[in-house]
Amino acid sequence: MDIIHQGLLDIVGEGHISNQQEELFIYSWDLGTTEPHRPDYVVSPRTPQEISRILELANRHRIPVIPLGGGLSLAGLAVPFRGGIIIDLKRMDTIIEVNEQARYAVMECGVSMGQLTSYLERKFPMLTHSEPGAPPTATVAGNAAIHGQGDLAHPYGFNSDMVNGLEVVLPTGEICRFGACSIGAQWFTQHPLPDVGLFLGWTGTTGIITKISLRLFPCKNIRGTAMFVVDNEDYVPDIYHRISRTQMAEDIIAFSQTIPPYASGLQHFTINLAADSEKELEFKKELIFDDALGEYIRRGDGGYLGFTYGLQHPQISKTADWRKGGGFEYVGGIMPVSCYPQCYRRGKEISDRHDIPYTVLGRCIGAAHAMMFSWTYAFNRADPESVRHAREAMHETDELALELGGAIWKPGLYGQRLVMSRLNPNTLNLMKKIKKLLDPNGIMNPGHWEES
Amino acid sequence: MYELNFDVQKCLHCPTHACLTRCQHMDIDRDTAGREILKIAAGEDSFVLHDCLTCYACEEYCPMGNHPFYLIVKRQEELNVQPLPRPLIQRGINIGKPFRGEPKINKVNGRALLMGAFADHMFLIQGRLFEGLPVISDDPRKMFHYFCQLMYLHYARISVINERLPGVIETITRHNVTEAICFHDECYGTYTSYCPSMGIEVPFRTVHFFEFLYNRLVELRNLIRPVNLRVAYQRPCSSRLSPGKLRFVYDIFKLIGAEAVQRKYVGRNALCCGGIIEGQRREGSRKRASEIQGLNISDMKDAGAEVCVFNCPACYHTLAHLVEKEGIRPIFMSDLCRLAIGEQPAGWR
Repeated sequence: MDIIHQGLLDIVGEGHISNQQEELFIYSWDLGTTEPHRPDYVVSPRTPQEISRILELANRHRIPVIPLGGGLSLAGLAVPFRGGIIIDLKRMDTIIEVNEQARYAVMECGVSMGQLTSYLERKFPMLTHSEPGAPPTATVAGNAAIHGQGDLAHPYGFNSDMVNGLEVVLPTGEICRFGACSIGAQWFTQHPLPDVGLFLGWTGTTGIITKISLRLFPCKNIRGTAMFVVDNEDYVPDIYHRISRTQMAEDIIAFSQTIPPYASGLQHFTINLAADSEKELEFKKELIFDDALGEYIRRGDGGYLGFTYGLQHPQISKTADWRKGGGFEYVGGIMPVSCYPQCYRRGKEISDRHDIPYTVLGRCIGAAHAMMFSWTYAFNRADPESVRHAREAMHETDELALELGGAIWKPGLYGQRLVMSRLNPNTLNLMKKIKKLLDPNGIMNPGHWEES
Repeated sequence: MYELNFDVQKCLHCPTHACLTRCQHMDIDRDTAGREILKIAAGEDSFVLHDCLTCYACEEYCPMGNHPFYLIVKRQEELNVQPLPRPLIQRGINIGKPFRGEPKINKVNGRALLMGAFADHMFLIQGRLFEGLPVISDDPRKMFHYFCQLMYLHYARISVINERLPGVIETITRHNVTEAICFHDECYGTYTSYCPSMGIEVPFRTVHFFEFLYNRLVELRNLIRPVNLRVAYQRPCSSRLSPGKLRFVYDIFKLIGAEAVQRKYVGRNALCCGGIIEGQRREGSRKRASEIQGLNISDMKDAGAEVCVFNCPACYHTLAHLVEKEGIRPIFMSDLCRLAIGEQPAGWR
């Protein structure tokens, strides 16, 4: 047994480390088009102290370390490009505290979205959180770390805007806390302490989040989804604004896709509404569909498709079924909502060029301050040519997102380099300094946010 | 192309013009009704074309065996009077397009249950009622090959129905089905009312689902234990195309010991689920649908219904949650029948 394996075994114990090829194979992939790279070890620690010791070991031996949550980010964010140790965080799955009055939850980094949802439904039905469209095994901390968005994005913004505090193990092993919890107070706020946004959006290159405090929100008795449809993409920004102005919706998503046929060429909106009574629900419907959007209906330009009780989370992963071989990946752009028509048209062109059924979706973030626009590409995992087309389409879309004046959400390596090529040089320099300061040996998720 | 067999002479000799005077949603006297239906028959515009909620009921009200609803829809399309906003029409037309390859054609060589575009409701088709009964259109990926298309009456698109329906009939025919038991009223109405009115040949016999259920229950009579439930039946719009089959609803209830509660909105006066109305273009349509639903459900509740019985999945989708909130349990008719023979209903909620 080599010295690193023995060192890791001493830290996490038997059964929580592997260098078996069949297990390393599984950890060499993510679900997208990124080429696989095999790690040398996979460990599954239980405590921040164990993570701290692993990082000390990795620094001593200059071995890369890649933190892994649900492994669902797609864009190769947790693929071990230079081998090393994958730290699978799923064992750290305790929900530590829910504060009903101050509406927050503190949990370990391996807690999944589905776990938090079911926990709240069972024990705190008056509270909810902003659940993304990812499969429920996506982790809460991982989603915040990549600036994810969920079904409360319209009123409350990115999930990373809902972070009240973090516990992080720095690349050099120190365990730090940020937010009110760092001064021994409760985990109820990140402000007004000095802002330390060093760990969100950095793709695991500046430390490993081990605990997170997340804001929770009132969960109304009735939640459901109304639908609206238009046949002209140019109407979409105005509709976002009209609905947003009412301040009555929890979530506003527009989508269009080739499959199934009913969605092709049309722009569908799913508008999540919540209410404590039928009276409140009717009031909200009236404001949105009779007042804000009534003009579209009367002109015959927009149609109300009714309200369905119960939330339905958008599942982009269903797109994987559009092709044999079950693969899909998407580029997410954080875009101005005014760009929706161009995003739709240009994205459709890219899909057509690569013979992939087009699938696009725009989720309104904040009061139409931005949208997350996703261009999704299905591919056949068993067909290298199909994978190549999807990968090229992704790269073209990365460029499109920037060309249209947006930012790429959770970019893969290609997108990161595009972003860095446009970054303000002083900003880029600052990022390098921060990275060097925090991770002097460059062990954290190497390859990411590095210039080629 | 197919032409609607509408006999204007029947209207000229009609003593009541009940097609319009009985309409639940428009207040029209006999003289006006007579004038307007003749205008429509002559190809002219009429307020009726604009105010029609497309509830199908005039097909049942017509005492002369004419086809006033098909005529209204035909004229709406010709004169571009769109009851629904343009995107909803486009969406609706797209829904019926098959997109998952060709269906597997199993040769039935006899009778079969035809699920139409409701293969996703195959969970209802289980237990002794359906033992040994072949099913066609049991694959949700292929169900639009069997979609009767009559939904497009709501969309003022008779042209779409007439363009697609012959292909659907051909697909069904390829199964060598001699007798199709139609799961949905809409399919039954298509093949027994719409097709004859258009001169579209249907080379198989059709049986209404409720007639089949009744006959099966009679065969299984020794298994029946009275359900002892007070029930209300939600009559779907397409049931207006086969009013003669409505009696099987009450025959089934009687057979299984379900008491049909005494209601105002029942039989010819039944109210539709409102699902299509809420999306219509006319000002106030959403609220109007809500009002109709409110009247309908209050009526069920006031009459003491414990259970609301559905056959149409669209009605169920629209109303089930609303009736449930009023303490009335929604159930599909087949499930109610299964309950009566001691089986566990698949869709109890």
